[in-house]
Amino acid sequence: MKRLLLFFLLMAMMLPAVARVEAYHFDDPAMEARYKQLIDELRCLVCQNQNLADSNAELAQDMRRLTYEMVSKGESNEAVIAFMVQRYGDFVLYRPPFRTSTALLWIGPFIILAVGVLVLVAFIRKRGKERMPAMGSQDQERVRRLLEDKET
Amino acid sequence: MKARYLIPLGIFILLAVFLGIGLTLNPREVPSVLIDKPAPRFTLPDLMDPERKVSSASYSGEVWLLNVWGTWCPECWKEHSFLMHLAHNEGLKIVGIDWRDDRAEAIKMLREQGNPFVAVGFDPDSSAIMDWGVYGAPETFLIDKAGNIRWKHTGALTPILWQEQLQPLVMQLKGQ
Repeated sequence: MKRLLLFFLLMAMMLPAVARVEAYHFDDPAMEARYKQLIDELRCLVCQNQNLADSNAELAQDMRRLTYEMVSKGESNEAVIAFMVQRYGDFVLYRPPFRTSTALLWIGPFIILAVGVLVLVAFIRKRGKERMPAMGSQDQERVRRLLEDKET
Repeated sequence: MKARYLIPLGIFILLAVFLGIGLTLNPREVPSVLIDKPAPRFTLPDLMDPERKVSSASYSGEVWLLNVWGTWCPECWKEHSFLMHLAHNEGLKIVGIDWRDDRAEAIKMLREQGNPFVAVGFDPDSSAIMDWGVYGAPETFLIDKAGNIRWKHTGALTPILWQEQLQPLVMQLKGQ
């Protein structure tokens, strides 16, 4: 009985996942792929950390419908994106274009990586020097003798 | 040698400053790309009389406000009395777009709360709204005589906003 209850409980929890938003029908699978790619890359302005595909906000529904209409009319991805940017600005793009204002965003990680590598190299070099103090001539003599002993 | 130990502190302060700036920014304030661009045209059925049309073209040559609202939006109720004040005491021409709404509900609201609009376009399925880049309600645009968008605000209009930003701009634009 408990198991059965648990089963139904789990099923109930899955309902929101089943309640998917509207499904658009495309005759051409290539168009459908483009539509999916677009709603994946375009950002919903209401729930700002979701893309159009994930968001259930009414604005996202409108934007999906528009994307659908444009794609099924045969417009290119660039045209759809340009249309959205013209209205909502670069904000709708999850893949912002390279501009002076976004340069740090794009180059930043590489700068940090370069700094990290430089620090690492400097650190390793320094430690290497510390670990190997120059051998005195007495020590060198001892090493030579020990090696010779082993050979004979 | 002591300065070395200040490096982490420096990094921490820098990080704290950036995070502080980030926290005080309002992520809802998406910069509008439409400022100083020609206002998109629209022609919508009149909320009060579906037979008639409300068109942006009728207001060319004038300084007017476009206010996007809906009865479903609590902020719109909040700003309503201020819109009434702007329309009746400040002589502003306000055109409304009733967005994604129920016609009867919207008419009821205007009957009960007063109507600050010279005309209200009815846009239940976002046909005009998308062109204006509207993503929330209320949103208010100021359009100048040449038909360009000069100012935009997302959220309710307040007396402070009016005094500090909108009024000086309206005065200037009307004088042109």
